[in-house]
Amino acid sequence: MKLAMPVNENNIKSGICYSFGRAPWFMIYDTEIKKEFFIDNSAASSAGGAGIKAAQLLVDQNIDGLITPRCGQNAAEVVQGADIKIIKSQGEDIEENIKLFESGKLTLLDEIHTGYHNHGK
Amino acid sequence: MKFTRDITIMESKKIAVLSGKGGTGKTFVSVNLADAAGKSVYIDCDVEEPNGHLFFKPEITSEEKVTVKIPVVNHDLCTGCRKCTEFCRFNALAYLKDKVKVFEDICHSCGGCMLVCPQKAIYEKDLAIGKVEIGKSRQVKILSGTMDIGKASGVPIIKRLLELGSLEDLTIIDCPPGSACVTMESIKDADFCVLVAEPTLFGVHNLAMVHELVNLFKIPFGAVLNKCTDGENPAEKYCDDNDIKILGKFDYDKEMGRLNAQGEIMSRVDKAYNRKFAELSYAILEEIK
Repeated sequence: MKLAMPVNENNIKSGICYSFGRAPWFMIYDTEIKKEFFIDNSAASSAGGAGIKAAQLLVDQNIDGLITPRCGQNAAEVVQGADIKIIKSQGEDIEENIKLFESGKLTLLDEIHTGYHNHGK
Repeated sequence: MKFTRDITIMESKKIAVLSGKGGTGKTFVSVNLADAAGKSVYIDCDVEEPNGHLFFKPEITSEEKVTVKIPVVNHDLCTGCRKCTEFCRFNALAYLKDKVKVFEDICHSCGGCMLVCPQKAIYEKDLAIGKVEIGKSRQVKILSGTMDIGKASGVPIIKRLLELGSLEDLTIIDCPPGSACVTMESIKDADFCVLVAEPTLFGVHNLAMVHELVNLFKIPFGAVLNKCTDGENPAEKYCDDNDIKILGKFDYDKEMGRLNAQGEIMSRVDKAYNRKFAELSYAILEEIK
């Protein structure tokens, strides 16, 4: 199973990023082989629609689940449109969230916000 | 005061009234300026919450829908090359499950995706986003735009309003609050901008925002200080510090507030206000002639 997380830096100790669309990096973690790799979020510098572009990046990685603290409406439409589950992260620790996920302690993100469009920064 | 005769010099001039926040008195200044001028055009560009009509109560003579072009993808022709999704600066297109998905609210109707599609798989449809109403109140021609609930941008409605606005008469443009795209669209062809400010620190912050905007657009401008009290006026200090010409001042006036809240046009019901707005028009005239 492939999981994605918005993260602050390209290492597993860095921490989960509070923003989805404008997170600097995404970490992709494969639960079978227990390995991670990082992709540079090229959507972060978008003038608009960053969430959609970021979601597209992840859809193209064929992930099964997205673990994130928040997700905007448009991004959620893309992610869910590709049958990818959106799971709510707990705290900022990346490894801790993987453990929680694997022990079935993370729940689906039920609150999808309507987007900030530069007003929430 | 030979106001209505001299005002002919201002014919064909477009004056935009703006402020960095709502509630400073943009509509108060715009409505009264238009009314005091006699024959004029008043355009309410605050399409998210138009309120000039509450004062003018115009008889509506015509109405039209405003639509924008939105791409539609013919999935039978689409080969999934993704040229369209890569082209879109606003990321209004996504490609999932072998299909292009269009985010209508994010689309800026540039038509670019249609042009770059090698398969000619994209065509356009009209999407209604609001309406424009034209009416009259005494000698003032009223144009008012209303954006439909849930739509993302009022810019196309503002464009249409300004197209429909007569070029022959003095035109007062009542702008949306703030300094975002909708305000830029409203002021971009204006001959002069009137910045309305409140006497508070918050008011100064908002004044600074629109001050920066009019400088960016290189449009001549001046300020109107509204709701002035005997206490200190940070907005006035900002104007002095930045060499902004103060065109007029309106005191905080409870009775005016009451009449205004009832939808009365002060320049129609109060001689002193009529005179004050005539003076304000002259002050603007001095700046643009």
